[in-house]
Amino acid sequence: MAGSPHEGLPATAGPHTVLAYLIRRLFAVVIMVLVVLLATFTIFFMLPKWAGQDVAVLFAGKATGVEQLQGIRIKLGLDDPLLVQFWDFVKGIPMGRDYANGDDVTHCAAPCFGYSFRTEVPVWTTLKDALPVTGALAAGACVLWLLGGVATGVVSALRRGSIWDRAAMTTALAGVSLPIFFTGMVAMGLFVHSFGWVHIADNLSTDDGIGTWFQTLILPWIVLAFLNAAMYARLTRATMLEVLGEDYIRTARSKGLGEGTVITRHALRSAMTPILTVFGLDIGVLLGGAVLTESTFNLPGLGLAAVQAISNKDLPVILGVTLFAALAIAVANLVVDIMYAVIDPRVRLG
Amino acid sequence: MTELHKSGAALGEPSAGSPAPTAFLEVRDLKVHFPTDDGLVKSVDGLNFQLEKGKTLGIVGESGSGKSVTSLGIMGLHTAGQYGKRKAQVSGEIWLDGKELLSADPDEVRKLRGRDMAMIFQDPLSALHPYYTIGKQIVEAYRVHHSVDKKTARKRAVEMLDRVGIPQPDKRVDSYPHEFSGGMRQRAMIAMSLVNNPELLIADEPTTALDVTVQAQILDLIRDLQKEFGSAVIIITHDLGVVAELADDILVMYGGRCVERGPAEKVFYEPRHPYTWGLLGSMPRLDRDQTDRLIPVKGSPPSLINIPSGCAFNPRCPYADVPKDDVTRTVRPELQEVGSRHWAACHMSPEQRERIWTEEIAPKL
Amino acid sequence: MSTVTSKRRLTAGAALVVAALMTTTACGGGDDNESGGKSKGAGFNAAFNKVANPSTKKGGTLKMVGKQDLDSADPQRAYYGMAWDFMRFYTRQLVTYDTKPGVASTKLVGDLATGPGEITDGGKTYTYKLRDGLTWEDGSKLTSKDVKYGIERIWATDTITGGPQYLMQTLDPKGEYKGPYKDKSADKLGLKAIETPDDNTIVFKLPKPNGDFEQFLAMPSGSPVKADKDTGAKYTQRPFSSGPYKFETYKPGKSIVLVRNDKWQKASDPVRPALPDKITVTISANLEENDKKLMEGDYDVDLNGTGMTQSGRVTAVQEHKASVDNMQTSFIRYVALVHTAKPLDDVHCRKAVFYATDFAGLQQTRGGEIAGGAIANSALPASVKGHSDYDPYGVLARKGKPDLAKAKDELKQCGQPNGFSTKLTARNNNPGEVDAAEALQEQLGKVGIKIEVDPLDGAEASSITGSPSVVKKRGYGMTMSGWGPDFPTGQGFGQPLWDSRFLADTGNYNESQIKDPQIDKLFDDAIAQTDPVKAGEIYQQIDKRILDQADWMPFIYEKNITWRGDRLTNVYMSDAYNGRYDYVSLGVVK
Repeated sequence: MAGSPHEGLPATAGPHTVLAYLIRRLFAVVIMVLVVLLATFTIFFMLPKWAGQDVAVLFAGKATGVEQLQGIRIKLGLDDPLLVQFWDFVKGIPMGRDYANGDDVTHCAAPCFGYSFRTEVPVWTTLKDALPVTGALAAGACVLWLLGGVATGVVSALRRGSIWDRAAMTTALAGVSLPIFFTGMVAMGLFVHSFGWVHIADNLSTDDGIGTWFQTLILPWIVLAFLNAAMYARLTRATMLEVLGEDYIRTARSKGLGEGTVITRHALRSAMTPILTVFGLDIGVLLGGAVLTESTFNLPGLGLAAVQAISNKDLPVILGVTLFAALAIAVANLVVDIMYAVIDPRVRLG
Repeated sequence: MTELHKSGAALGEPSAGSPAPTAFLEVRDLKVHFPTDDGLVKSVDGLNFQLEKGKTLGIVGESGSGKSVTSLGIMGLHTAGQYGKRKAQVSGEIWLDGKELLSADPDEVRKLRGRDMAMIFQDPLSALHPYYTIGKQIVEAYRVHHSVDKKTARKRAVEMLDRVGIPQPDKRVDSYPHEFSGGMRQRAMIAMSLVNNPELLIADEPTTALDVTVQAQILDLIRDLQKEFGSAVIIITHDLGVVAELADDILVMYGGRCVERGPAEKVFYEPRHPYTWGLLGSMPRLDRDQTDRLIPVKGSPPSLINIPSGCAFNPRCPYADVPKDDVTRTVRPELQEVGSRHWAACHMSPEQRERIWTEEIAPKL
Repeated sequence: MSTVTSKRRLTAGAALVVAALMTTTACGGGDDNESGGKSKGAGFNAAFNKVANPSTKKGGTLKMVGKQDLDSADPQRAYYGMAWDFMRFYTRQLVTYDTKPGVASTKLVGDLATGPGEITDGGKTYTYKLRDGLTWEDGSKLTSKDVKYGIERIWATDTITGGPQYLMQTLDPKGEYKGPYKDKSADKLGLKAIETPDDNTIVFKLPKPNGDFEQFLAMPSGSPVKADKDTGAKYTQRPFSSGPYKFETYKPGKSIVLVRNDKWQKASDPVRPALPDKITVTISANLEENDKKLMEGDYDVDLNGTGMTQSGRVTAVQEHKASVDNMQTSFIRYVALVHTAKPLDDVHCRKAVFYATDFAGLQQTRGGEIAGGAIANSALPASVKGHSDYDPYGVLARKGKPDLAKAKDELKQCGQPNGFSTKLTARNNNPGEVDAAEALQEQLGKVGIKIEVDPLDGAEASSITGSPSVVKKRGYGMTMSGWGPDFPTGQGFGQPLWDSRFLADTGNYNESQIKDPQIDKLFDDAIAQTDPVKAGEIYQQIDKRILDQADWMPFIYEKNITWRGDRLTNVYMSDAYNGRYDYVSLGVVK
């Protein structure tokens, strides 16, 4: 074995393999999103139908005259077979779509994620407006929780059993267990109502200045980060403890490396793999809308859009947000897998 | 061999606090204890030995006998990176090239690690970081002690890989550990250990994880390199066969203590401790019939929390009742000189042991 | 190990307690700022049947907050009561509800028209003269044709979805007209039932009389729309104003900003005081937070008018009672007894339910007298003519307590002496409804009526209880819900609930599935009656009939605790808007 020079040559995956891998995975993403979409369609159209309910009534509210229900059916295309509705929707994403609105034709330009008949706005516009808020919320919170959680976890692992460790892990337990509307209300009660330190804008929009964004988002960031940091702290601590027991850590020390280098370059590097996995998925989920945080702080992001759409039975928006969330999670998954290969040379794409 | 033992009798029982020794490496009354919930684990409990440059010491014993703990103790790895409240308690003296390590500033010891003393570990797959290339890991080991740029360090890494017999070292330097075969990995590990020309090399079970054929290659390599670099080498193994041809001197450990120690040929051909006999009996030998070899030492290694009173080996010793008055179970035997620079800790008289060895044990080996 | 875990739990629990304490202090802390201001409010129920802080002072910004946005800003598409209340800021109708407190608000007065219609032809022709000086927000003259065009939009049912269709059903019951978008005539004014002989006159020709016709005209769906400003379905994004305010911005689901429409002439509009310079609406998802902001004065009034949250009202009533009104809504909490579900087809079995129900117990589950409402006897709310103190089951007489002996007697008479089993639905998104259903389950159990409670997803409930076939398939015998009138008459409240001709396959609100020719006849009579007082007498008969037949069991006249912002002037609760504040009259101190 030792004599075979070609054995185990750096088997760097060629560009072809990686490209093929990416294409295959993207294809899988598309399939997954279609499945999610079909499931959403089924839940909102077929399940009520099978239960004998009239889908149009769901949209009608109090206006349930025969003509009105028929009008709604025409508007939403409910009379078409499910697969036709489904196909129309899917086709609209790359191609754009025309909606007959009475005699009026409303064009929904690509990417057409549907058109809300409640607000008479293309769903893509809603998504586009909501995305910066959700994105800013996710970005700020994840930076905070990643730094806070990982740092706490590392220190806890290194000070295992100490007062610090116990305090940190107890706080983490609280963070994991407390629902966000509770911590959110406590935070607002203190910092908005009692101390008046921050002012939360009513409806954050891109017209607002960066200061407003920061003030409005600081509490949601902290609250959301607290929840997640707690989990990351526990995860980091556990992983670090495991990694610190690895032989290669001892090797690193035997080379005469300083403890700082050992912890950061050797231990943390390995501990990051499971953390990044969870992180990637969390980001994906978060980009799909942080429903509770956004509702608690009234941040007009995707989560709030979803909540409003569901309570209004605004199916196109529900579909759009679901689709986007599925897409975000699928892409996050893909990125995580690619990150695996970047972090861990033993993992091959292909 | 003569240089090695020039301090003669002091080898057995030097007292801590004696003046600095002249030997390159001298371990005095080394104790490594680990406090646990169940009690104090006395992994190493009063160990003494010396080693000169260019010489090889084999430390032999079963797993749990304290041999690996000893090596980590010398490297100062019990105290570095021990987090949490329960730290290992290390006492005694470790003199390396005239410097006492246990009382030295930990950072000083760190600077010695990897430069003056280096270590080869048992399983190179787990001992090498899976996320970094071999080259990077060697470069890191080199640059921590040499302020050179990466390019120079890399050149050095390639050189070392070449030296340990890795083909196409300029290419393999960029490979990851998992892309190497087991033997290659251990070669790389050795290259990393030797990159700073250490004066002391500790190899902890360097071949255990390897195929038999590769084992020999690695052992040959270590011997060649030792000759070339003139380092002192400690080889730690549970297998006497490994050290048979390599070691100048052998130290047999049992229950955290030395039970027999002496020049290799003495320990092999005139062993004076029943435990050593057992080890020799379990040693695979090419010149022997396959069927009656590998007589394991019966019983299991002693608990290091409740070490048996008297001779730690007595519960497993077939000759425990040979000495009178139950002395094996009440009095701990001290190392006694049983020959020229040859010590053993046993209550049986040298005559009894010589008789048993020549009449009962040797013929069966 | 387990001790460690339990210790951790304990510590985490302690952390929770600390956090909870901090919230309490937070609430307490907020009040410190206002310690001198606890008496700032005009007094508990100061806006009940009277005007609190009357004022004619103009200026300032009226700040509203709500969890829910208008269902549509398009006058022809909105159906929520709060939207109708709000729309008077920017829409006008021929007639509208008087801007007076309490029951006086249900009187219709001239708005665009000089006064209530001139009724001729036996109640089949309504003629209105428009006021002078009516304008659109661009300054152009508002004519009778604009009114006709606006009303015609209701017919475009595949574009203008969501709003009420009373005008369409009354003027064109056969649906011959297809709406202005499919109208081939040049001026798009093809609806024959409405005539506009000149710009200031509009005449409605009804196929048959309907005494509530003016109620339909008073709804925002009777608002004018300027044809060349009609953007069809998208009109909701930017309605063109005929009222004192116009849209500055509208972000659906987020915010509305109305500013003064300087083309509106006060002289042409005796109804709207138009006090604030600006009106802002913020849609905000967190009800608790909205309550806090109302109490802190960040907002003046809740747009939705659904009352405060439990935590909010506790703080409000305890510490700021003078800023609180106990709003009497026109909502009735009820249980419909489904006639198709045996043995509830038997009137005696239904009566047994009336007698066995502990109304006082149900009242407690709804929050008690103040936060929940008074125990109901009549099937019509007090704001609707026809409501009386008729109490055939002695509910009020016994202060809501049940009469189990009579219940058992009725059960015997219906041949179920040991009781029977059935299913009861309740909506899980309505606070307290499932609790009330479970309380009823326990109460009826005492006479052997075994009920299985089936909580429904609130958003879907209408498609389940509104479908007789689903109700039958699932075996529902009772449905618990709430109902408020679209307009404050017996027709507006009761016809969808009790008239057999409103029993529909889908979207049905006649949940009891009453098919009583006597009731149908009474509705016809009442509707044909143009005199509200006489109509009210007939509605009273309907109420009696419903109760005597034990068709539909009302149990609470719903009340809310509502916050009256300290900046508000000219505040009163309007029966015409289900007890909400009359938004169009509100002013603010600066």
